Amino acid sequence: MSEPVKVAIIGSGPAGLSAASRAGQLGLSHVLLEKTDHLSDTIFKYQKGKRVLATPERLDLRSDCRFAEGAREYILGNWDEDAANNKVHVAYHADVVEVTGAKGAFAIKTGKGDVFHAENIVLAIGTQGNPNRMRCEGADLPHIIYQVDDPEDFKDRHITVVGSGDAGIENALGVAEEALENTVTILNRSKDFARAKAKNVSDMMEAGENGLMSIRTETQPKKVETGWLTLETPDGDERIPCDVIVARLGSVAPRGFVESMGIEFTGPDREAFPKLSPTFESTVPGIFVIGALAGYPLIKHCMNQGYDVVEFINGNTGLTPADEKDLAAIFAGLPQKKSVSEWLEYLRTRVSIFADVSPLQMREFMLDSKVVFYRKGEVVFEKGEPGSSLFAIADGFAEVEVSPDFTVPIEQGSIFGEVGLISGRKRGATIRAGADGIFVEVSRTAALKLMASVPGAKRAINRISLERQLLQIFKGGLTVEDLGPVVDTAEVERVPAGKVVLTEGEQGDDVYVIRSGSMVVEKDIGGKPIFLRYLPAGSFFGEMGVLSGQPRNATVKAAVGSEVIKLTGESFRKMLAARPQVREATEAAVAERAQMNSFIESRKATYSSAVDLYSDTASFIMKEGLGEATDALLIDENLCVGCDNCEKACADSHEGLSRLDREAGKTFAHLHVPTSCRHCEHPHCMADCPPNVIHRGPDGEVFMEPGCIGCGNCMRNCPYGVIRMEAAPPQKPSLLRWLLTGFGPGPGEPSPKWTKKQLGDKKPKKIAVKCDMCKGISGGPACVRACPTGAAIRVSPEEFLSIARLDEDTD
Amino acid sequence: MASLFQRRRNKATQVERVRERRHEGFLRYAGFRWAKISGGLCLLVIISYALIDVTPRHNGGSWYGYTLGTIGAALILWLTALGYRKRKMTSDHWSLKAWTSAHVYLGLGLIVVGTWHTGFQLGWNVHTLAWALMMLVILSGLYGVIVYATLPQALSNNREQMTQMQMLEAIRAFDRQLHTAAQPLTPEDTAPVLAALDEDPFAGGVVARLSGRYPDCATAAALRTLTLSRSSDSEAREKVVGLLRQKEAALARLRQHLRIRGLLEIWLYVHVPLTFALIAALSAHIISVFFYW
Repeated sequence: MSEPVKVAIIGSGPAGLSAASRAGQLGLSHVLLEKTDHLSDTIFKYQKGKRVLATPERLDLRSDCRFAEGAREYILGNWDEDAANNKVHVAYHADVVEVTGAKGAFAIKTGKGDVFHAENIVLAIGTQGNPNRMRCEGADLPHIIYQVDDPEDFKDRHITVVGSGDAGIENALGVAEEALENTVTILNRSKDFARAKAKNVSDMMEAGENGLMSIRTETQPKKVETGWLTLETPDGDERIPCDVIVARLGSVAPRGFVESMGIEFTGPDREAFPKLSPTFESTVPGIFVIGALAGYPLIKHCMNQGYDVVEFINGNTGLTPADEKDLAAIFAGLPQKKSVSEWLEYLRTRVSIFADVSPLQMREFMLDSKVVFYRKGEVVFEKGEPGSSLFAIADGFAEVEVSPDFTVPIEQGSIFGEVGLISGRKRGATIRAGADGIFVEVSRTAALKLMASVPGAKRAINRISLERQLLQIFKGGLTVEDLGPVVDTAEVERVPAGKVVLTEGEQGDDVYVIRSGSMVVEKDIGGKPIFLRYLPAGSFFGEMGVLSGQPRNATVKAAVGSEVIKLTGESFRKMLAARPQVREATEAAVAERAQMNSFIESRKATYSSAVDLYSDTASFIMKEGLGEATDALLIDENLCVGCDNCEKACADSHEGLSRLDREAGKTFAHLHVPTSCRHCEHPHCMADCPPNVIHRGPDGEVFMEPGCIGCGNCMRNCPYGVIRMEAAPPQKPSLLRWLLTGFGPGPGEPSPKWTKKQLGDKKPKKIAVKCDMCKGISGGPACVRACPTGAAIRVSPEEFLSIARLDEDTD
Repeated sequence: MASLFQRRRNKATQVERVRERRHEGFLRYAGFRWAKISGGLCLLVIISYALIDVTPRHNGGSWYGYTLGTIGAALILWLTALGYRKRKMTSDHWSLKAWTSAHVYLGLGLIVVGTWHTGFQLGWNVHTLAWALMMLVILSGLYGVIVYATLPQALSNNREQMTQMQMLEAIRAFDRQLHTAAQPLTPEDTAPVLAALDEDPFAGGVVARLSGRYPDCATAAALRTLTLSRSSDSEAREKVVGLLRQKEAALARLRQHLRIRGLLEIWLYVHVPLTFALIAALSAHIISVFFYW
C-alpha cells in the first residue's frame, strides 16, 4: 500500500520516538506507528502536572529529543516539537495486529487494514500492554480514564468505576474516601467478585454498607455521555449522573504478540525478556527490540537505545554505547589498564558463570556490579555480615575460613557468596583473598537477572550453592567428591507457606536442607501442637530418621513460602558411611535437638501454661509473616503507654515522616506487631523497582537510595503495608523554639493541615517512604531508643523464639 | 581504626540486643541498676547524716546541708531535662528507657536528699515551699510510675487490635447505618435517634473522660426510649435498637480507651507545671539563701 521504508518503528514512547527522530536526522526512510492519536500514550495518560523524573542521573542522554525532569505537559510538549523538528513520519491510529515477511521485506498490518512495508522493524511497545477499552456507545469520550494516579485529584464528583478486579476495587476505594465527598459507583458484569482478592472484596463491601459507594452487580455500561452514564441493569436501563468513568477492564500483555512474530524469550517465566544481540536484534533477523520490553524500564535508557538501534541499523557498528564511560569508571580502579571491551571479554572468558552471557548482557551486569582488586589476606566479607551479592573470582583465589585454623580455597573462575544470594541470610563464613586478585561483586538484582536469562549460569550457581551449603552444615571432613552422589540425586522443592513437609509419626528417611524461607518444627504433646523450633534457611531437618530408622518424631512445616532441597536417605547414608567423623557430628547435632525436645516436653508437664503461651506466641509470630523477617519491631503491650514517641522519633530522625504505625497491626498475648518494615529475607518491595533503588545495606536493612520515581510498585508489592507514598513535609521550627514559644507543630510528623498551610499551592512529588532501620544513625533505630518504657524491641525471629525465652518465662 | 570502632559498636549492639530480647521494662532496666544507685545514695545520705556531727544542729545552711542542697538542685535540673531528651532525636547512642529508669529512681531518691537537706526544719517560708513542691512533683511522678506499670495491659485488652481511628470510624459507620435505618420510624422515635447521631463521642469533659461515666449519653437515652416505645413499625424499630446496641458497645470501647489514655496522661498535667513552679521556688530559695547570707 505504502512505499517500503528502511525502518518501521512500532510504538511512539520515549524509545520509539527517539529512534524515529534519529532516523529522521539521518534521513533514513522510516515510519513511526502509534496506535492512538498522540505520541507517547503511557506518559500522556499520566495525571495532569505529574512530575516525570529523569533517573539514573549518572547516565548521559544521547538522543535527538530533549528530556529532563519536569511536568508531564512540559515533556510531552518538548517531544511534540522535537518530533516535528526531526521530521519524523508518524502514522497515528496504526494499531499493529500482524507482522509477516523477513528481513528486507516485512509487511506490517494494522487494525484499520493498512499495510506498511519495511526492511527492518524496531519494536518499542513497552510492557503495559493494551488496556481493554470500553466498547459501548460513547467509549471514546475524554472523561473515560484507564488509571487513577492520585485519588485526591477527584473531589465532589460522580465517579463510576467499571470493572471489579483488584485494580478497579482499589481505585474505587481510593476515590470513595469520605473526605473527598465523591459519589462512587462500581459496576460488575457478573454477580460475584471472583477475580479480586478477598481482602479487597471485603473492604469494598464494608464501604458499600457504610454508604461510601454503591456496588452494582450484573450491571454494565450501555451508553456514555458527558455528565451521564446509561447502565444496563437486570431491571432495565438506568441513567445515572457521571462526571468521570474509571475503566479497569484488564489488559493484554504484549508477550503473545511479540512471540507471534517468532521472537524467542529467555525463559517461560514472567520476568523473561526477548533474547537480544548486542545491537538489540531479536532472534528474528531484522526485528530489533528496545525499551521496557527489552528490560529497560527507565525513560533515559529507552531514549538512548532508540538512538543506538537506528545507528546500528544504519550500519554504524563502531558506535560505543552511552554507558561506556560508566563501565570505564567501574574498571578504573584496577591495576591493569585495558579498554572496556577487553575487560568484558577478560571477565567473560575467566569466570565460568559468565561463559554463556552475551556481550550486551555482560555490559548490563557490569553496570550493576563492582570489580575490586584485593591484596592477599584482605577480607572480602566477614561471617555474620548481611549481604546478598554474588562474588566471582576473575583472578587469584579466595580462602573460606571454616574455622580459625582451617581454610578452604575457592579457585579462580568460581563464585562465592551464593548462599546470601539465594537465602537472603547473613554471610556464613569469612572470606579472604588468597592471593592478589580481582573479584567481581554482582548485585543481587543483576545476579537474579543473570540466572533468569542464562540457564547455564543458573545451573552452575544452584549446584555450587548446594554443595557449599552441605559442606557448611557438616563442617570439615567432607570433600566436594563425597557430595557428588548426594547432590546428583537432590531435588529442589517449592513449599508454600503452611504446607507440611514432614509429618510426625510417618516413616521416611529423606533429609531436607532449607534453601530459602524458613520452617517451624512442632510436636503433638497432649493433643496440642507445641512449637519446638524455628529453622532458618541454611538449616537441615529429617536427619533423625536416617540415623535411627524411627518414624518422624515431629512435624515440620513451612513458615513462609520456602524452597527445600530433598536429599534421598540412601545417598545420605552412603555419605555418612564413607565419612565416620561426619556421622559423629550429625549424631551430636541429633542428640542436641533431642535434648531440647525433651526439655520442652518436661517443661510442658510442669509449666503447661507457659509452654502453651510460648507455643501460641510462636504460631502468632509465624502467622504474621515474621518467619521471613530479619529484623522486626515488636511492642510489648504490657509496657506500652501509647505515647507514640516511637513514631515521633521515627519522623524526626528522617525527613519528618514516620515509617511506622504503632497502633495498627495484630496483637496476641500483649505482643503487638505494628505496621513497620521487617526487612524480609527476600524483600517483596525489591521485586519490581524500575529505577532499582531498593537495596539491602551493610546492617541488613532494606533501604531506598535517592532516585525513587514514585511509581508505587513497592508499596503495592509489600504484603505488610509498610511503605507509604508521601512527600516530605517542609522544615519545622526547632524543638527549642517550639518548647519555649509553642511555634510550629512540635515533635513528630506534622499534621497534614500544617503541611498544607506551609506548602500553599505547591504539590511536591510523592515518593516511596520506608523504614531504613535508621541507616547511618550511629545510635541505632530511633523507635527503640525513644521508647520511654522499653516496650519497643527489634528482634529477628530466631532470637525471639529462642529456647532461652521459654526458660525465662517458666523460671 | 574505623573498622575497630565498627566492631566495638557491633559488640555494643549485640549486648543491647540480648538485653532487648529479654525486653525488660524501664523499672527493671539493667538489673535495677538505677534503683541500686539511688538506694545507695539514699543510704549514704542517711548514714552520713547520723554520723556527721554538725554544730549546732543539722540544717540547710551547714556545709553538709549545702552539699545535699547542691546535689538536690542538680538532680532536679537533670530530672527536668528528661522532657527535652525525650523529644530531641539526636543521632548518638542513648536509650530513653535508661533515662526513664534513672529518672524514676533518682527522682524517688530526691525525697531523701531533699528532706535530709532541710535538716527536718520546715516552716511557712519559701524554702519549705520549694520542698513541698518537690514532694508534690515526686508524688505525681509516683502516680505516673504506678499507672505506667499497671494500665498498659488494660489498654491493650480493651482495644483488641483496633486503632483509635478505627474505633471512631466504627462509630461513624453505625451512625450512617442508623441514619438509613431510622427513616421509617415515627417522629417521636426519630428524635432520640437523631440526638444520638449528633452526639460527639469526645464530649463530656475531663470528669467523664477519667471516670468513664457518661450519664447524659444520647445513645443510651435513645436505646432506653426505643426499647420502651411501641409507636413505630416493630421490625424497623428492632433494627434501630440493634444498631444502637452495637453503637453503644463501640462507644463503650472508645470511652474506655480514652479513659485509660486519660489516666496515663493526666498526671503529666500536674507533674510538668509543678516542676516549673518548683524550679521557680527553688531559684527563689537559692537566691534568698545567698542574699541573707
